Amino acid sequence: MPLDWQLATVTAVRNETPTVRSFTLRLPGWAGHRPGQHVDLRLTAEDGYSVERSYSIASEPERTGEVDITVERIPGGEVSPFLHEAVVPGDRLEVRGPIGGYFVWEAALGGPLLLVAGGSGVVPLMAMARHRAKAGSHVPARLLFSSRGPDEIIYRAELDRLAAAGDGFAVAHTLTRQQPPGWTGYARRIDEQMLTEVVEPLGAAIRAYACGPTALVETVANGLVRLGLPADRIRTERFGPTGT
Amino acid sequence: MEERIAMMRDDPAVDLTVDGSGVGGLLASVFGGEMTATPGQCAHCNTVSIVGTMRAYTRGPGVVLRCPACAEVVIRIVETPTATIVDVRGVSYLRIERAAGR
Repeated sequence: MPLDWQLATVTAVRNETPTVRSFTLRLPGWAGHRPGQHVDLRLTAEDGYSVERSYSIASEPERTGEVDITVERIPGGEVSPFLHEAVVPGDRLEVRGPIGGYFVWEAALGGPLLLVAGGSGVVPLMAMARHRAKAGSHVPARLLFSSRGPDEIIYRAELDRLAAAGDGFAVAHTLTRQQPPGWTGYARRIDEQMLTEVVEPLGAAIRAYACGPTALVETVANGLVRLGLPADRIRTERFGPTGT
Repeated sequence: MEERIAMMRDDPAVDLTVDGSGVGGLLASVFGGEMTATPGQCAHCNTVSIVGTMRAYTRGPGVVLRCPACAEVVIRIVETPTATIVDVRGVSYLRIERAAGR
């Protein structure tokens, strides 16, 4: 099945945090995706110079004909500042996808499900959480989400709603740099003790997905292996410095 | 996996890489379908790893995929204005499932 570039129309732009924005892309020829997959976006200048970046899909596959991507603005980046500053509803962007078959979770795979995110690493995990809710899955699931400060928690209100739905989804936040007064969540980088506490209610035979900066993903993957989880139950996605 | 992760942590150059998953679009265009869940065997150390977990160096003129276990080059892809050049000397095999939408 060849993977062709298609023209997407931006139909909505929303701020998630001061530096993170979501874009809804309408894709008339979209064949659907699986939670965790991503799309490539291509920008081409008038002189023919073009750049491509890969962005995780944030929306659940139950929404058809369009996808959301959530993009953190990377200062000095080639693509993300353009998306943040220049792109408005009605604009068209070149997109190809869906891409990826490894970092994917679907309700049929079952659980219990552990999701661990650092910053914008939450995006593909959000597609899984949204899919889980829309598919009516009651697989026990927990998201451990590391953000720098309270204003930088992506999807905060929606995560609160998902956790309040009473269908077995829970969220544990850790704020590594700045905590608001009265903060009762974690206040440090993810470590093995934290993983142990978050994993404990899920039992032993979990499926784990971790996405974020390399150091966080390594801590999580190593920690889970030490907790006895087989390596093939741990899927990781690191974002390096090219995700700009 | 522990071994691999330990190795990657010792290599500062890893910070300049992305997962093989991050170049899944390019791989799909070269191989004709989804490749990131495909197992491949490193021709240098014989470790079988999932393409999506290989280390992708994307800052050069082409893309270089390295084995996550031994860090040797497994696949190189260079796109020129008229052709795509693919060097797969570093893999002894790729196991591509026909069910994966092709």
